[in-house]
Amino acid sequence: MRKLSKTTVNNLITYGIVIFAYILVQILLATGSLSSLLEGLLVPLCTYVILAVSLNLTVGVLGELSLGHAGFMCVGAFSSAFFSVSMQEAIASDGLRFFLALLVGAVCAGLFGILIGIPVLRLRGDYLAIVTLAFGEIIKNIINAMYVGRDSSGFHFSMKDTTSLGMAEDGQVILKGPQGITGTPGDSNFTIGVILVLITVFIVLNLVHSRAGRAIMAIRDNRIAAESVGINITKYKMMAFAISAALAGVAGVLYAHNLSSLTATSRNFGYNQSIMILVFVVLGGMGNIRGSIISAVVLTLLPEMIRGVGDYRMLIYSVVLIAMMIFNWSPKIKNWREAHPLLKRRKRGEEA
Amino acid sequence: MALLEVKNLGISFGGLRAVDGFNINIEKGQLYGLIGPNGAGKTTVFNMLTGVYKPSDGTIFLDGKNITGKKTIDINRQGIARTFQNIRLFKDLSVLDNVKVGLHNHYKYTAGTGIFRLPKFFRTEKAMDEKAMELLKVFELDGQAQVLAANLPYGKQRKLEIARALATEPKLLLLDEPAAGMNPNETQELMDTIRFVQKEFNMTILLIEHDMKLVSGICEALTVLNFGEVLAQGRTGAVLNDPKVIKAYLGE
Repeated sequence: MRKLSKTTVNNLITYGIVIFAYILVQILLATGSLSSLLEGLLVPLCTYVILAVSLNLTVGVLGELSLGHAGFMCVGAFSSAFFSVSMQEAIASDGLRFFLALLVGAVCAGLFGILIGIPVLRLRGDYLAIVTLAFGEIIKNIINAMYVGRDSSGFHFSMKDTTSLGMAEDGQVILKGPQGITGTPGDSNFTIGVILVLITVFIVLNLVHSRAGRAIMAIRDNRIAAESVGINITKYKMMAFAISAALAGVAGVLYAHNLSSLTATSRNFGYNQSIMILVFVVLGGMGNIRGSIISAVVLTLLPEMIRGVGDYRMLIYSVVLIAMMIFNWSPKIKNWREAHPLLKRRKRGEEA
Repeated sequence: MALLEVKNLGISFGGLRAVDGFNINIEKGQLYGLIGPNGAGKTTVFNMLTGVYKPSDGTIFLDGKNITGKKTIDINRQGIARTFQNIRLFKDLSVLDNVKVGLHNHYKYTAGTGIFRLPKFFRTEKAMDEKAMELLKVFELDGQAQVLAANLPYGKQRKLEIARALATEPKLLLLDEPAAGMNPNETQELMDTIRFVQKEFNMTILLIEHDMKLVSGICEALTVLNFGEVLAQGRTGAVLNDPKVIKAYLGE
């Protein structure tokens, strides 16, 4: 019983940090003390936090290395943008349309998660990492080769070019291969982003601290023992993977509706992005949701904050990354932290 | 009718016949020992009983039901739980959570109920906590319920593994070398615990052991394996005095 309440307190602190950060930003916005550069970074920041928290479910809680998280984000982004653009006239209400787009993005990404998960979750460790990495790249490239348009007779699909769609004159091309989707309504904003962050954190934390979460962590800790007490390995692996993918899809929806034109490039959906998300998770601590949030925010803001130093920016970034990694997870520092009375309390709180 | 009836069980790995013609009948409530020199095939028998290996031939009946070649999780649901020779705990979960994982199939709610914290979540979790604490109390682990399993001392980790196995409400409990690595005091304590489990839960127990003191102290009947074949079988006293058994263990 005491444990339950301790967990609850811990979760509340996590929600509190997010809400506090939101209020702080709102005050800064109201007083006009935020540069337009930072202002433009607010929604991407939420996107990264959602991605980091959802990847933590696969990497930290399920204990499987996935390098295709940007691929699921890509699926969510394009399916929802496609939905929003094609339904722009049919559904007048921005709120309702965005809500439905969210569902579309999450469900599509989740379905892809299950689809990819069926063959891939038989693999472990490095093998799983390589296959998920390939999946992310494949998704991106397929979308770059897809053309979808709509006219009075319905939807047209081609993998060649716009003319081969064979549309009537009133037709409108929605997905233009490498040019992506243009004219996505800008429905997302910082407030929606923070709400989605809270929902993501809520889902992940509650899942982890429940029957299903225990089963998932049991599989991580010892697969053979989990099987011997009657845990259905495939079911719970798939569940963690699919929920993680669906939440990455949500991040994609947020991302897509923040830009008027959405293209699948290696900058936004490539493996660099997947690895970036993995860095957030590893730095924040495997299975530590609050850590993921904080490291995603810090590592996204850092390159912008030190823009002043020009060419040395990435150099400083990598030095800070190494320093933080050592400070957070080196055994010596961990021991020192545990021995330190002031930090000790914080540490124990984090672990529960 | 016996609770566990194994007939003519055998398995080959390539050209190696690891176990051949293995028969065993265990009555309900019995404390049965499986002994034999290293490499005799004892753990292989356990792995076949729990579905880790598929037997090449033979049949396994539990409580009148054929469970030969079924999957591990199905066999656990039918009522066989086990511990491992090299302890396999969920080391990053608390002691309490380890037992609660064992309760997984007996206290159910869906993942959605858990995520949205519906009333059934709180009801079931409370019942699980109570049941798990009850089990931990039997093994005197209730004081360390919140400790991470990896941080328990060795002897207590063995006990926790038994508690977790019992949480699945088995008909038959398989213990793979429960006294391995224990000092004489811990072994004595473990013997008392095993006897207590047998009485308290009216449990049928099959155990693999090397420690002859423990075997002769608590087992009612024994099967001796040597090179994958049954060497002797029957009441503990008779089996241990069998010249064939003495020869296999001590040489001529």
